[in-house]
Amino acid sequence: MSHLADAPLPAGTPTAPSPHPAGPGPGQHAMDPSRLARRSRAQTRVRWELLRNLIRKDLKVKYKGSTLGFAWSLANPMLLLVVYTFVFQIVLKSGIPRFGIYLMSGLLIWNAFSGSVSSACGSVVANANLVKKVRFPLAVLPLSAVGFAAVHFLLQLLVLFVVILILGYNLIGADLLLLVPAGAVAITFTVALSLLVSALNVRYRDTSHLLDVALLAWFWLNPMVYAFGLIQNRLHEWTWVYLLNPMAVVVITFQRAIYDPGGGSTGSTPVQADPGYTFYLEHLAVAGAISVVLLWVGFHVFRTMQADFAEDL
Amino acid sequence: MARHSSAYQRGAASPPWGRRPAAPRGPVDGAAPAGPAALDPAPRDPTALDPTPLDLAPPSYPEVAATPPGRSDPWGVPGANGAAPAGGPAAVDPLGAPEQVGPGEAVPDSAVVIQGTGVSKRFVSYHNRATSLKERFVRRGGPAGDDFWALRDVDVTIGRGQTVGLAGANGSGKSTLLKVLAGILRPTSGQVSVQGRIASLLELGAGFNGELSGRDNVYLNASLLGLSKREIDRLFDSIVDFSELRHKIDDDVKHYSSGQYVRLGFAVAVHVDPDVLLVDEVLAVGDEAFQRKCLAKIAEFRAQGRTILFVTHSLDLIESMCDRILVLESGSLIYDGNPAVGTKLLRQKLGSLPAEGPVSWEYATVRPQSVAFSLDPGGLPMVQYDPGERLTVSVELDVTEGAPEQIYLHTYIVGQSEVPIWMMETPPGGLAVGPGRHIVDFSIPHLPELLGAFAVKVHVSDATTGAPVTTRRFEELFGVSGPQADGLLKVDYEARLRG
Repeated sequence: MSHLADAPLPAGTPTAPSPHPAGPGPGQHAMDPSRLARRSRAQTRVRWELLRNLIRKDLKVKYKGSTLGFAWSLANPMLLLVVYTFVFQIVLKSGIPRFGIYLMSGLLIWNAFSGSVSSACGSVVANANLVKKVRFPLAVLPLSAVGFAAVHFLLQLLVLFVVILILGYNLIGADLLLLVPAGAVAITFTVALSLLVSALNVRYRDTSHLLDVALLAWFWLNPMVYAFGLIQNRLHEWTWVYLLNPMAVVVITFQRAIYDPGGGSTGSTPVQADPGYTFYLEHLAVAGAISVVLLWVGFHVFRTMQADFAEDL
Repeated sequence: MARHSSAYQRGAASPPWGRRPAAPRGPVDGAAPAGPAALDPAPRDPTALDPTPLDLAPPSYPEVAATPPGRSDPWGVPGANGAAPAGGPAAVDPLGAPEQVGPGEAVPDSAVVIQGTGVSKRFVSYHNRATSLKERFVRRGGPAGDDFWALRDVDVTIGRGQTVGLAGANGSGKSTLLKVLAGILRPTSGQVSVQGRIASLLELGAGFNGELSGRDNVYLNASLLGLSKREIDRLFDSIVDFSELRHKIDDDVKHYSSGQYVRLGFAVAVHVDPDVLLVDEVLAVGDEAFQRKCLAKIAEFRAQGRTILFVTHSLDLIESMCDRILVLESGSLIYDGNPAVGTKLLRQKLGSLPAEGPVSWEYATVRPQSVAFSLDPGGLPMVQYDPGERLTVSVELDVTEGAPEQIYLHTYIVGQSEVPIWMMETPPGGLAVGPGRHIVDFSIPHLPELLGAFAVKVHVSDATTGAPVTTRRFEELFGVSGPQADGLLKVDYEARLRG
């Protein structure tokens, strides 16, 4: 078994009586063991600062040379909002009031998830040159892909809030607090899957293709363009199977937190899963547990496989 | 997975020598570039040659292998909103939680910076490994015939402040060894640990992003190498000055010439204040002025007592810069010691040195390993013979890759004061020997009437060219007890008083 990072060195051991005192000669590169260990560790453990720098680099590279820059990333979901509203509310008459807001409240987190996972999947392979030549904490590669998507997500969410407030719908309330546990589950699940696929993809390059197809199908396993009520009507007491998908739980919780169907709900099926909170918190707990287990698996797979990345690339 | 059974840790800094008896090289004074160990290659030569070193590597390394199980992992998950779940054993504060001191861990020996024990590296040939999920499931444990051992059981201990050259022919495993020591490749077996911050100049400017400016790349690259923002701020001007690229630092790196690219890469790498600098043949790029600058910087590092390990084909560079040389051949460490000796050996191996004389037997392609005396070939060893008895002198040869196909042996029986008594040679045309161990028997049906103890000197030469390969004089003696009272030969004579 390899380990993702250095084993901790006994930093607490007394360092003054070094067994081999470094000669006091001029210009001596004197080091005590614990300092050496700390410096060594800085090269192999994930540091916030490095992660931040990599995310900043990705953002910089992505928006370099485009005048509108970031605005594109925000315009993209807004354009989707308009198109889907037109298709589902006017053409198909889905019966979900304020369909655009409903869609966006679930779609943004899904996009962040699928974007993270699919770009994390290729992250190690794309940085082959770095992996083969430089000693650094390899886990920053998939993690920075997640961070990159998270930055976009937060900004898009902000824009969505602004749009909701401009339209005069209800937003501010205790419901919004549901975003905290839902966000935590989402990030755990995303990090877990990102680590897993990025490691697997190094040796088994099919992973990325498989993932593309899986994400495409997975999209429809979340109640984003249809109402959750439809599922409840079909599955009845088996709805829990549907909710084993942590992203579905995250999506319905986001909808509960952000989306307000307004007073006159027209459709026969309820758009939202439950009017209360406990339903969501219970399911989030299950989804959270699944995510944590997957995180543990992702972790170990990454840790085990990373020592061979340089060879497999 | 069987392939991951090695106890090696990527970039392991844990001190597996915690329980070692002592650093085998002894403490090396960093200020004096040529420590006592580096100057005197003789004591370790036998171990460097012997595939199973006797005292260098205690065979107990599995027992000293690194991490006690169940120890907390220092890698924390930086969950993006700080809500990193406590997942498994690995959830520890990512921002420097207090380190847990493993029980029974000793303070690492600060004089040893790089330690590799029994390092082997096997590359599985590409068509032999499962590279897709389908193959993984369809073909389990397929044949592993074409594996290639890039390193075989290499033991390296490098003390602080040493400057070590790594030399060998192409494909001898130099770069692989460097990558293993840098923590980039995992050895198939064996242990590696490195103390301190490593700057690996395996490729200059690795990780530069062409779309970013020089400034951004400096920050990114230094950050990858383990520097904090504050440290980079402090070093930034110095890096730019060293690279002589102040006028272009805000241009995109994709617009740099290859020389400028390399200059910036080198500038960053040497400014990260490395404890260990690993350099792989990168000094060959850049113009002469910049090469001089690089060498000056390396000399400066050397004076500061940093540890430098570099791979180069320039043996002159090794002679002038290194305290020590490691010579690799087909993945094995064949020489570890004095640069002057090592470079001579390598030049002879590479054929760039004319055969000015036979090589010392330890480094020759054909090594006379031992000599034995017996009545008949393969018989019991005996040391005492009577005149007229049979004698077989058996010479054991260790023939390595690169040896002449046909060799010629001259075996001298020498007496006191190295006087050759007689000489025996192999039949005309020489002996055809392949790599491996061979025994050549010289059988003498009737020993002459001699008296004394005799030694054997073996001289090996190339049968086709006549060029000498090596000479070895063995210490082993055999005795012949002639009937005479003294002297070497029994000569018939008569003694009488005249008249």
